Amino acid sequence: MTTTEMMTLKTEPFVLNFGPVHPSTHGVYRMRATLDGEVIIDIEPVVGYLHRGIEKLAEERTYTGFIPLTDRLDYISPMSNNLAYCLAVEKLAGIKVPERAEYIRIIIAELQRLANHCVAVGSFLNDAGAYFTPFMYTFREREKIIDLFDMVCGQRLTYNYMRIGGVSQDIPEEFMPALKKLVDQLTRFIEEYERLLKQNEILLARAKDVGILPRETAINYGISGPVARASGVKWDLRKADPYSIYDRFEFDIPVGETGDCYDRYRVRIEEMRQSLRILKQAMKDIPSGPVKADVPHLVRPPAGEAYAHLEAPKGELGFYLVSDGSIAPYRCHIRPTSLINLGALREMVRGWKVADLIIIFGSIDITMGEVDR
Amino acid sequence: MTIADAVINSLPMQATVTPDWPGGYWWHWLFFTVLLIVFVLCMVMGAIYIERRGMARMQSRLGPNRTGPFGLLQAVADAIKVLLKENIVPDKADKLVHWLAPVIAFAPAMMIFAVVPFQDGALLADLNIGILYVVAISSVSTVGVFMAGWGSSNKYSLLGAMRNVAAVVSYEMPLVLAIVGVVMVAGSLSLNQIVLAQDIPFFLVQPLGFLIFFIAGCAEINRSPFDLMEADSELVAGFHTEYSGMKFAMFYLVEYAEAIAISAIIATIFLGGWRGPFLPDWLWFIVKVFVVFFLMVWTRTTLPRVRIDQLMALAWKFLFPLALINLFITAVQVMFWPPALPWLMVVVNIVIMVILVVSWSKFFKLGWGRLEV
Amino acid sequence: MTVALSGKEIASQIEEKFPGSVEESSQDSLVMKSNSLLPAATFLKDTESLKFDYLNYITAVDYYSYFEVVYQLTSLEHNHSIVIKTRCYTRENPAVPSVVGLWQGANSQEREIYDLMGISFEKHPNLKRMFLWEGFPGHPLRKDYL
Repeated sequence: MTTTEMMTLKTEPFVLNFGPVHPSTHGVYRMRATLDGEVIIDIEPVVGYLHRGIEKLAEERTYTGFIPLTDRLDYISPMSNNLAYCLAVEKLAGIKVPERAEYIRIIIAELQRLANHCVAVGSFLNDAGAYFTPFMYTFREREKIIDLFDMVCGQRLTYNYMRIGGVSQDIPEEFMPALKKLVDQLTRFIEEYERLLKQNEILLARAKDVGILPRETAINYGISGPVARASGVKWDLRKADPYSIYDRFEFDIPVGETGDCYDRYRVRIEEMRQSLRILKQAMKDIPSGPVKADVPHLVRPPAGEAYAHLEAPKGELGFYLVSDGSIAPYRCHIRPTSLINLGALREMVRGWKVADLIIIFGSIDITMGEVDR
Repeated sequence: MTIADAVINSLPMQATVTPDWPGGYWWHWLFFTVLLIVFVLCMVMGAIYIERRGMARMQSRLGPNRTGPFGLLQAVADAIKVLLKENIVPDKADKLVHWLAPVIAFAPAMMIFAVVPFQDGALLADLNIGILYVVAISSVSTVGVFMAGWGSSNKYSLLGAMRNVAAVVSYEMPLVLAIVGVVMVAGSLSLNQIVLAQDIPFFLVQPLGFLIFFIAGCAEINRSPFDLMEADSELVAGFHTEYSGMKFAMFYLVEYAEAIAISAIIATIFLGGWRGPFLPDWLWFIVKVFVVFFLMVWTRTTLPRVRIDQLMALAWKFLFPLALINLFITAVQVMFWPPALPWLMVVVNIVIMVILVVSWSKFFKLGWGRLEV
Repeated sequence: MTVALSGKEIASQIEEKFPGSVEESSQDSLVMKSNSLLPAATFLKDTESLKFDYLNYITAVDYYSYFEVVYQLTSLEHNHSIVIKTRCYTRENPAVPSVVGLWQGANSQEREIYDLMGISFEKHPNLKRMFLWEGFPGHPLRKDYL
């Protein structure tokens, strides 16, 4: 080889498969990455390993009987899935939910947002390499929230708590004092957590300016939730299209500037603080009364269609229901938050290295149950 | 009179210590060989215990506490489990390379202990080039790691092994330069003489050297925050993905044996080896080794991981210039500082270290950004 | 509150620009002919007063005599939304133009509809099955599958 030939080393890209079973990808998600050395040239996502046909199953179940199936969609935050489905059926059938049930729904939804962000932040830092330590701390707090849910409905993972027209049962008396204690503990925990991680040099080096998603790209891809807000899109369904009684509460929407992984992490931490603010207001104002509207077990909404969406912890989760007047939905479509958020992964990742692929993927916060349904 | 003069005047006393055993040299060799092997294995078990319990307690969970009193026999249980596993060799692997790799990786870790003094004159071989021998031998285990990655015929392993080689070769530089600073102050390469010269422990006299050696040492042995060679959440297990059974046990042993070896070297050349009041000398040595190892466990639990190009940037742009500046300042001090004021030198050195580290890190950019593809 | 714009109003605006493209319209939604879907969608996205830059979802429903593909668009700036539909009257190889050129988020959702309902999208960059494997017989979400 001449000197000039030796100077320009010819390299060849190769395909590396990050298989469905992997210690870090959140669930069964497969990526075929074309790498040139360590630099990623292209990725091709392969999904479908968790496809259970939930939309088809909806046509066989009654409206109330479908609620347990919605738990299995985004199994990190099942209460939001239940709530989205119940909102869609109530919009279709024109059912009004009593006041106490609305307040309970808001409290449960915000607690679920806190629990989800605990997992999201913990696993983001785990992917960054902090060998399980922040993960354990956030899971300790999530345990306390799950204990509250256990008190309310007896379940720790798939709650099946919301019903069409309200919630399935009233909250017990020990719930409110426990919730008050939890809100104080969580406020202190977030401060402590921030002190450890906010200015950590290595985290800043790994996550700042990595995986930037520009604002226009985010809107074009239909991204929602903390990922979009970190890119500068000031769009939160709780403020833009308030559902339930969110218009009575005072809270801010944290918006990021650059849209890198660090901004997504900061947006989630700030959202946890805002959720605590909503919880404090809801705890004060909760009235007494019935917790479920008088709805028959076999609901027959009038023929028509409706779409109801809410701000789930991961983004905009919506249910599109078509009814033909019988006891089962004619068609139920679930707007898959994680699948749509995943659409932008290819744009965000090209040009970065393998280690960044893992951290960018972790910062989007995907649950495969929602992607594949 | 300067320190240089004091060193030159003490040269005739630096004869090597000849063993005065009744049987002569061979009994000395046999005794110490057996002692060293037992010592390394016991220290590795202790290290595994400290790591697992220490890390667990820092993550607010318990750690192993069932096997034996306080979980002390956990390492034994792990060893037995691993030995009973089937030895799987991949079909397309290069058999000889695959078989030899753990041996080549493990032997140097044991050989380092040949020159480490447990007491005044109690070491296997008092080479008068002691520390040079240590540096030379510790580079050989990199060959073993690369053989492991290559012989596995697995893209993940090869990626991990190449990262490892790049990192180890880069961090040799600051490591050796930090050692040279100590050697200049002590006046000898022999580890026994270095310990004898430490009336003030060298981590006070050479704080910058201690810091550089600690960081470079952590990088050499693939410990967090530099453990991207076996990054659990990225490459499954890096270069030892395809190993099982006894060979995997060897790699596991290598990791901890090297950690103990680096801790022993730090304890010898920076913390004063076996010197200390009240307790017997060899006990002081063991205590110091465990203190340094605990420091390594602490950094592992707390810090996230750096990326490969950030790792290289840290070695070449941060540690290497600082090591050179340290060498220069040490040389100036050895030539011109009067030996009657050692504590003033300590204070001056600490101030210099703080100023250098803080100001250098302001002007230092960690790694590249996104590449255009 | 996100104002759900009236289907009739938007239908009249579209009829002005592209006469003969709207099939029917009601208070909630409007149905367009499939060959005029793309120009009308471009018009909806680019007009300043409408500016529908955010695609909420695409889905398809199987009414036995026709397939209906439903789109919901939202404007983040003006905070209003509209539901558009288009129909395919054939049961073998139904086809609808793809809106991937306008809203990139449609990519994975259109693949899902192709996989589960069998509706192909013209000019889609990568129309392959997503959840089920290549060679799976039939399209499960259709009403005549089981």
